[in-house]
Amino acid sequence: MLFGIYSFLTAALFMDLDAVDVAFTEAAVGAGVTTVLLLSGLRLTNRWEHRPRHGRLVPLIVVGITGAALIYGTMDAPLFGDPDAPAHRHVAPRYIEQGPQEVGMPNMVTAVLASYRGYDTFGETVVIFTAGLAVMLLLGIQQGPSASPGRAAIGDQPVLRVVAKFLLPFILLYALYVQMHGDFGAGGGFQAGVIFATGFVLYALVFGEGHARRVVPPRWLHRLAALGVLIYGGVGLVSLFGGKAFLDYTVLAHDPVHGQHLGVLLVELGVGVTVFSVVLAIFYALSGRKRQA
Amino acid sequence: MSGIPGLLNYWVAVFLMMAGFYVVIAQGNLIKKLVGLGLFQTSVFIFYITVGKVSGGNAPILSEGITAYSNPLPHVLILTAIVVGVATTAVGLALVVRIQEAYGSVEEDDINDADQEAELALTRQHDGKPGDAGT
Repeated sequence: MLFGIYSFLTAALFMDLDAVDVAFTEAAVGAGVTTVLLLSGLRLTNRWEHRPRHGRLVPLIVVGITGAALIYGTMDAPLFGDPDAPAHRHVAPRYIEQGPQEVGMPNMVTAVLASYRGYDTFGETVVIFTAGLAVMLLLGIQQGPSASPGRAAIGDQPVLRVVAKFLLPFILLYALYVQMHGDFGAGGGFQAGVIFATGFVLYALVFGEGHARRVVPPRWLHRLAALGVLIYGGVGLVSLFGGKAFLDYTVLAHDPVHGQHLGVLLVELGVGVTVFSVVLAIFYALSGRKRQA
Repeated sequence: MSGIPGLLNYWVAVFLMMAGFYVVIAQGNLIKKLVGLGLFQTSVFIFYITVGKVSGGNAPILSEGITAYSNPLPHVLILTAIVVGVATTAVGLALVVRIQEAYGSVEEDDINDADQEAELALTRQHDGKPGDAGT
């Protein structure tokens, strides 16, 4: 719970530092998903912890020395907000000055994410997919009493039901808006996938997991996660067959800028689908598992 | 930014990072270690985002009348890192759950004890061949 509040504060800090896209992601992921996952993990383990046998002095000394060394290292670092800092001199000016013309979208973060650094993002999508696979291998999605319809873990809460019913369509609609509007405003596939998944997590928490599993069966999620990666990779292959480099979207339409636009949209769609299905699959895996021993 | 020393952002990141580091090495509970890792991770996020900030800059979304933008590159890196972070945290949690099912505990000390007992039992089975203890 405290961790959720902490995440929310971090998001507010990012907002203040002009990183609207990042603030968005942190708010959705940290405050929403991580808290739910940690609580489900806690449910499956022991409630109380023991005191560790070794003392706390040695770790404290190690941490103190490392911290002091790091602080010493910052002494020569560029000052906060300095426009001439080395970080702003290399590729960033090109992204800022040429990006809007070359990729044709006002949100530079999306342009860099999906077009200039498309390889990175592809790699990250594959990492998320792999993490989803690892959780499936370790836990699997179990069928159990909690998976049958009509039982919510928190019991029957009329107020929550009504509020959730009212909010859900807006959450899902908002996720779609974030997905499609990522070119112009803050947002994109990562955020949209997480928000979409959060909507279903909320549904599962309030109405019972069985109902949620009827709406989105777990076996779909595996395929959807793979489908997202395939969409992303497929766009890359299409541009490869079009005679350009992997993930060079200019071949997708006659006009290079239109091609970029289409490519970014498709790629973000792939990211969104993968993130959504992996997050939801992880939630199912952790919350559906029965406590043993 | 007058009144705040210009290196404060690094110090905040270092403080958070060390807090996370301390939790990871001082706590025996594996879930707490994961939370510590999360703290550590956020400190890196804050470090990157503060590096990307330009004084007087605006959010990197093109609009008229704005000339200075913050650096979009760290935003991109951290944006993806956050989502990857939650996925890896989930893998960690899944491992912890499996450990709980195998050992009945998520305390480092208990797990160590159980491992040592199992190893001792193995050595006794091999009856005077200590070299096989680890296999």
